[in-house]
Amino acid sequence: MKEVINLPVKNIEEEEYFINMGPQHPSTHGVLRLVISLQGETVQSLKPHCGYIHRGIEKMCEKDTYPQIIHLTDRMDYLSAHINNHAVCLLVEKALEVEVPERVKYIRTIIDELNRIASHQLWWCSFGMDMGGLTCFFYGLRDREKILDIFEESFGSRLLHSYYTPGGLMMDIHLNFQKRVKDFIKYFRKKIKDYDDILTGNIIMQERTKGIGILTKEEAINYGVTGPSGRASGFACDVRKHHPYGVYEKADFNEILGTDGDTFTRYMMRMHEMRESMKIIEQLIDNIPAGDYTAKMKAVLKLPAGEYYQRVEAARGELGVYVVSDGNKTPYRMKFRSPNFSNLGSLDHISRGFKIADLVAIGGSLDYVIPDIDR
Amino acid sequence: MNFSIYDFTSFNRWIDKSLYDSLSPFWAVVVEMTIIGLAILIFYALIGLFLVYAERKVCAFMQNRVGPNRVGPYGFIQTIADFFKLMLKELITIKNADKFLFNLAPFIIIIASFMAIAAIPFAKGLHAIDFDIGILYVIAVSSLGVVGVLLAGWSSNNKYSLIGAMRSGAQIVSYELSVGLSLLTIIILAGTMQFSAIVEGQADGWFIFKGHIPAFIAFIIFLISSTAETNRGPFDLAEAESELTAGYHTEYSGIKFALFFLGEYMNMFIVASIAATVFLGGWMPFHVSGWEGFNHIMDFIPPFIWYLGKTFFVIWVMMWFKWTFPRLRIDQLLTLEWKYLLPINLVNILIMTFIVLMGWHF
Repeated sequence: MKEVINLPVKNIEEEEYFINMGPQHPSTHGVLRLVISLQGETVQSLKPHCGYIHRGIEKMCEKDTYPQIIHLTDRMDYLSAHINNHAVCLLVEKALEVEVPERVKYIRTIIDELNRIASHQLWWCSFGMDMGGLTCFFYGLRDREKILDIFEESFGSRLLHSYYTPGGLMMDIHLNFQKRVKDFIKYFRKKIKDYDDILTGNIIMQERTKGIGILTKEEAINYGVTGPSGRASGFACDVRKHHPYGVYEKADFNEILGTDGDTFTRYMMRMHEMRESMKIIEQLIDNIPAGDYTAKMKAVLKLPAGEYYQRVEAARGELGVYVVSDGNKTPYRMKFRSPNFSNLGSLDHISRGFKIADLVAIGGSLDYVIPDIDR
Repeated sequence: MNFSIYDFTSFNRWIDKSLYDSLSPFWAVVVEMTIIGLAILIFYALIGLFLVYAERKVCAFMQNRVGPNRVGPYGFIQTIADFFKLMLKELITIKNADKFLFNLAPFIIIIASFMAIAAIPFAKGLHAIDFDIGILYVIAVSSLGVVGVLLAGWSSNNKYSLIGAMRSGAQIVSYELSVGLSLLTIIILAGTMQFSAIVEGQADGWFIFKGHIPAFIAFIIFLISSTAETNRGPFDLAEAESELTAGYHTEYSGIKFALFFLGEYMNMFIVASIAATVFLGGWMPFHVSGWEGFNHIMDFIPPFIWYLGKTFFVIWVMMWFKWTFPRLRIDQLLTLEWKYLLPINLVNILIMTFIVLMGWHF
């Protein structure tokens, strides 16, 4: 094992030892390897080793046309696939100066929020499981299933949708869509109370998360921690609020900011965010205007030469897409600023001095999705 | 022979007498021991199989699932199928492991639980050994299990296993105290450590009702600390799967893993039986003084059923814990024991002693 880790030997005198958490480990949520230096059970330092699921998506994008790139972005943060698609679509539309129909904007916003709820539900499952509450996993999956069913009915896929295309949507929404979404909101408003009963209010859970893994506002900004994790530290970083896209300006919702920046606040941020997302959907679902589901686009999309950047609020934070175009139908260079990668960067800093069990809880509250880190 | 399902004493005497009549005393003892050993072994295996099934069903119902339902009626044969699967699996040998200790560890756990089960009274007269220090014996024997856990962690040549074993060691040694002290509270009330005498003492009311609030507090503490002692959730830090993959039995495979698994369930069964025997009246039926008709109906239910019913109720409560609570952290676990349970327990014993001295109990 020593040859594999290849870390300095001097620590052995201080009775530190190393363990490899991952690449196969139940609480790394994927193939992430954390080399942890421990003293007893206390984490001294930690080194994330990523790249186990690196597929070279950014490089693959360089030989794909823009409509094809949409399909690759699904595979990054597969839990917020729609939102990833949205980023690329917005970028292409901005570069080509295409005005998409109002209907498309409404549908995209609603589906983004549904996707965010589904993603947070799965986060809640796995966070509960990280804390040792196995029942949470099934509660969360049960409710996520309802959203996936809506997705499946509307556009035929459950995880990797590729529903958005540059300029609009792949197809119009199903006739039942509005009714089912409204039913779901009604259903989930009741069920989210169960979530609070089984995990949020639990004294063991609160004892284990309060004051653990504190990230201050300055550190959050310095590390570029965005999304619910950043907002838990008081970093106002909601792209939906500060750089609105879709029809977020028309919806009335709050950007909830935490103050403590500990694991419990990060947990509560996501619980609040699910409620806020439901609020957004409720405001928009009845007002979807009639019209085309896609703008008129050329058969071959060629972005004018130049640099473009577009950001959206994915379920885990700010997703940025940066494209350098040389005027061809494929980008010259494509770069994703993925939220998970930046969030993971803070893990070493905030988990030092805590126990292994805390590290698992902190990791759960940062909610990393490994394919998004490695791309 | 006068056989009745309400009293096994005469049945046992009859077997004893007929063996001694037909065999020499030495062989009679040998045959007797073999019979008792076999009976307990079969009971042990059946309870183990049933508990695995019960846990899967209970957790399934708590998690909006159906649970095993394919093999046999209501999936009843599932655990037997699983057992055969585990029997046939390859036993993986670990490089650089201490082979002797590695192989020994699961048996220590099994032997500890097997020895403890011998002292438990299942019904009137249905009792392998009736020590006059029955409770002390069970506490002593069941704490041997931690040796198996420590050996498993130490010999596996795996850091996760070692962390799990060390956690388990700290945990079991701490919570033994609370288990012992909460049982001591009842021993003060009962005035004896003999299981049969404790059960007889509850003929007119279970100790949890007889002993006022101290007995109830002792029951709650016993439930918490015995859950911790058996390494079950929310105190399953020794095998905390989200942190340590599987803790001390990470490296075990096949039947050796199954033995650990069986040991865990049997320990749960043993602590539940002790809780049922000491606090809830063992095989004594539920009586309310004054309600003659009701008491008569309760008497009609055989003692063995009473005993099993109470035990499975306690087991169900423990499963309920496990599937709804998140796991504690190791420092919180030890804080709970040393800063809360132990002082409460000591004060509780004082109160109980005072109550018994003043004769205030029922």
